[in-house]
Amino acid sequence: MGAEEDLAKAVRERFPSAFKELGVVRPRVVKGVIDRKDLVEICFYLKEELGFAHLSCISAVDWKDHFESVYHLYNYKTGMTLQLNAWIPTDDPKIASVVSLWNAANYHEREAWDLMGVVYEGHPKLERILLPKDFRYHPLRKDFPQETERQYITRRKLKTGGR
Amino acid sequence: MAEFWVNMGPQHPMTHGLWNMRVKISGETITDAEPEIGYLHRGYEKIMEVREFQKNVVLTDRLCYVSSVTWSHAYALACEKMMGLEVPPRGQWIRVISLEIQRLASHLMWLAAYGPDLGLLTALLWALRERELFLDLLQLLTGARMNQNFPRVGGVRNDLPPDFDKYCAKIIKHFRGKLDEYKRLMHDSKIFRMRTQGVGRISAADAIDWGVTGPNLRACGVDVDLRRLEPYETYDEVDFEPQVWKGGDGGDSYARFICRFNEMRESCDIIEQAVKKIPAGPYRAKAPRRAEGEGFARTEDSRGEALFYVIGDGDDRPYRVKIRSPVYCTMAATPLMLRGNKMADVVSILGSVDVCVGEMDK
Amino acid sequence: MSGALVSPDLFTLCKVLVGGILRILSDGVLAATPVGSPVEGLRGLGYFLVEDWLVTLLAWVVAITIMVTWAAAIQLLTIMWMERKFYARLQDRYGIMVSIWSLPFWPFSWWAKRRNKPTHRGLGYLQNVADGVKLIQKENITPASADRAMFHTAPVMIASSTILIFAALPFSEGFVIANVPLSLLFILATFSIAPLGILIAGWASNNKYSLIGGMRAAAQLMAYEIPLLLAIVAVLIYSGTLNVIDIVQRQEVPLAASGPLSYIPSWNIFSIPQFIGFAVFFVAIMAEMERIPFDIPEAEAELVEGWTTEYTGMRFGLVFGFKWLRALAGSALVVILYFGGWSGPVFTTLTPYVGGTAIPIPIIPHEVWFLLKVYFVFLIFVWISWSVPRVRIDQILNIGWKKLIPLSLLAIIVAAVFAAFGPYLGGIR
Repeated sequence: MGAEEDLAKAVRERFPSAFKELGVVRPRVVKGVIDRKDLVEICFYLKEELGFAHLSCISAVDWKDHFESVYHLYNYKTGMTLQLNAWIPTDDPKIASVVSLWNAANYHEREAWDLMGVVYEGHPKLERILLPKDFRYHPLRKDFPQETERQYITRRKLKTGGR
Repeated sequence: MAEFWVNMGPQHPMTHGLWNMRVKISGETITDAEPEIGYLHRGYEKIMEVREFQKNVVLTDRLCYVSSVTWSHAYALACEKMMGLEVPPRGQWIRVISLEIQRLASHLMWLAAYGPDLGLLTALLWALRERELFLDLLQLLTGARMNQNFPRVGGVRNDLPPDFDKYCAKIIKHFRGKLDEYKRLMHDSKIFRMRTQGVGRISAADAIDWGVTGPNLRACGVDVDLRRLEPYETYDEVDFEPQVWKGGDGGDSYARFICRFNEMRESCDIIEQAVKKIPAGPYRAKAPRRAEGEGFARTEDSRGEALFYVIGDGDDRPYRVKIRSPVYCTMAATPLMLRGNKMADVVSILGSVDVCVGEMDK
Repeated sequence: MSGALVSPDLFTLCKVLVGGILRILSDGVLAATPVGSPVEGLRGLGYFLVEDWLVTLLAWVVAITIMVTWAAAIQLLTIMWMERKFYARLQDRYGIMVSIWSLPFWPFSWWAKRRNKPTHRGLGYLQNVADGVKLIQKENITPASADRAMFHTAPVMIASSTILIFAALPFSEGFVIANVPLSLLFILATFSIAPLGILIAGWASNNKYSLIGGMRAAAQLMAYEIPLLLAIVAVLIYSGTLNVIDIVQRQEVPLAASGPLSYIPSWNIFSIPQFIGFAVFFVAIMAEMERIPFDIPEAEAELVEGWTTEYTGMRFGLVFGFKWLRALAGSALVVILYFGGWSGPVFTTLTPYVGGTAIPIPIIPHEVWFLLKVYFVFLIFVWISWSVPRVRIDQILNIGWKKLIPLSLLAIIVAAVFAAFGPYLGGIR
């Protein structure tokens, strides 16, 4: 457990006020919760100075009172994973893009925009990737009906955007 | 010479799966490329929120239908991390065996698809003939050839059948001889090397930057194998060697081919060791019905790093499941691989990357 | 050496045959219309039937029909069957198995007592006929924006020019339609009309992929014509004649007058410069026949079907099937130029007496030797085709221009040197 603690301590010392929580959740996994405004700074520090060269995944989660953009970063040399949860308010779903740091973020952020509707500012081409280009909704949100509920919606209502 | 965009797909006999590759060609050279995916999007992440944890294994099988055990296993591992569940050792060993057999079947399917891409139609029939053997092994173990619904959250569905190690030994012994035949057919052939060497090169720095993982990354010379770097199940107790391309000029189609091809030999070694080392005992632990928390698991899928991120909120079904597919990230890097090559190389490069559209489009 | 079954000439044989039949018919008509009967006017028909020009015309028609049926129907089916069976066995499977026992009607279904046996377990010879019938009954679609005249002309051009090869290609010294003095030149010229048809087909389809396929085909075929012809020039230095039958006859001479070498005929492949020329010719003819490894023009991996994408029905059947006819012609050229054509030892000769004259019938006549050698060379082509990947178009052109032409020029120079100074250097050839 030593290396994870060292990592958490190094990050906390560098950004003493940015993290809402930061801790070791599992062997070799450090999790941090931040607000969206510190994202690029922290990511830059993690990539350049701590060597987190591999961005595995960017997920977007819809807690009903806020969104979260979850970043899984991996360090090939030490084998540590850092999971970064960035909180985004629901009424203003924008967050800075990390494409300038890791190009792997390109497709992940497009998918998060496509399915969840989170806008990543600074992304070179934020368009729909998996769904058709003229689709009007963001299906992964919790207010988009599940398949168990969708059976009771007529096709006309679905086309016009009703429930 | 005027440049124009050409669609390779979505209806094309040799792009395996349903996706569109738009390339901008000037004469015969490619100047830009843009993949268009999403033709097979099935809305997995949304529909997995409606089913219980155990029932989702049926769905994750069909994410990549060619290599189904590896995907269901990644999901089961993520759920176990979330629930804090410990799988008994026999269950872990059985998982390792089934994963490696499935990896062999998946790589053989890739080989069967790659040969005809280059014009070598004999490779299709030879590789599919060998794949039949491994599908027979899987049928013996799990009851089905594809989409087996075998891993469970907490272990596996059933125990090894009797005499399984004898069948494994016989088939692997036969298969090792066949691997030498494939070597003579494919990479000992000068024309094959002419088609794949120096084609589709991507540098190691670019590969890591764009999120390429798996054999595609090892072909660039980066020694990263998640079974060694972050051993899950009992991979730290088996002896195998990650196939990394040594030598300076990696990152081309030939290097990817060699790395993926030699992985098949390593999988044979792992299966042989695993059927000898497997202990007795229970193979499945009881998973709780309701779970709260979050967990993720990254595994070395046949095509790269597969990551499942599962969040539970106390209900008996997941709150959010995020699927990270290796082919999705490699697809983002294909324009880099394609630029500067000729149009006849498109199929050679995309075949060596091993695209499976099911997992790419979720 | 063996002798030919069809001798001295296909036309003469047909004329004898047709003349005989017409004479019998004429005699019959004349006998049925005696002088003084009400149908006396028909005697003119009897005299008409033995007119020389009619006999000659009908003899030519019969000869051409025999040759075209032999080459474009029987031989085509046979080599297609051979190829499909052979590469299927390479791929560890049975191959085509539709034969006459698969026909669902009497007597094949009932009388042959195969009621409880599987029907599609035969030799497989009729599969290609079945494929042809399937293609005939499909719709011939012309794309709306294609150039109709050229679109329809291209397959006809390819097919007809391929059959034209067999006007001068002999199957033995008698089994030939036209024995012209420059027959090798004629064969090569008609062989080269098809690339024009391919280019027209690619252009007229109005399809990006077909156009790319057609242009690639034109580039490849043009690039490989030159080493082909240069290798033939090396052969010409030894044979001194462009007549195919004479080229073969010069190869029937034994290598030496006496000793062990007198049993080996002087085939062109046994001489050093010709061996280099053979290597060049082999690769060049594989590229001309558009076989894998040189089949980029119709590479299905990249361009769907290449220049034949828009062709359906029997039009597609024509261009697709005549690829094999060109393969037959190419193999025949290889055999004629390098392997001694139809010459081969005869093991016994039967001499039955017909009408007082002894007619010698060799047990293995020239036609059979020729076919055996052609099938052997063709199977080598098939073997190579189905074991190697495809070569990329720029690599194909690279090989054609940069590697084959210097080799063929070398062959010409060595052949010229040996032909001029060979006798002084101890009979080296």
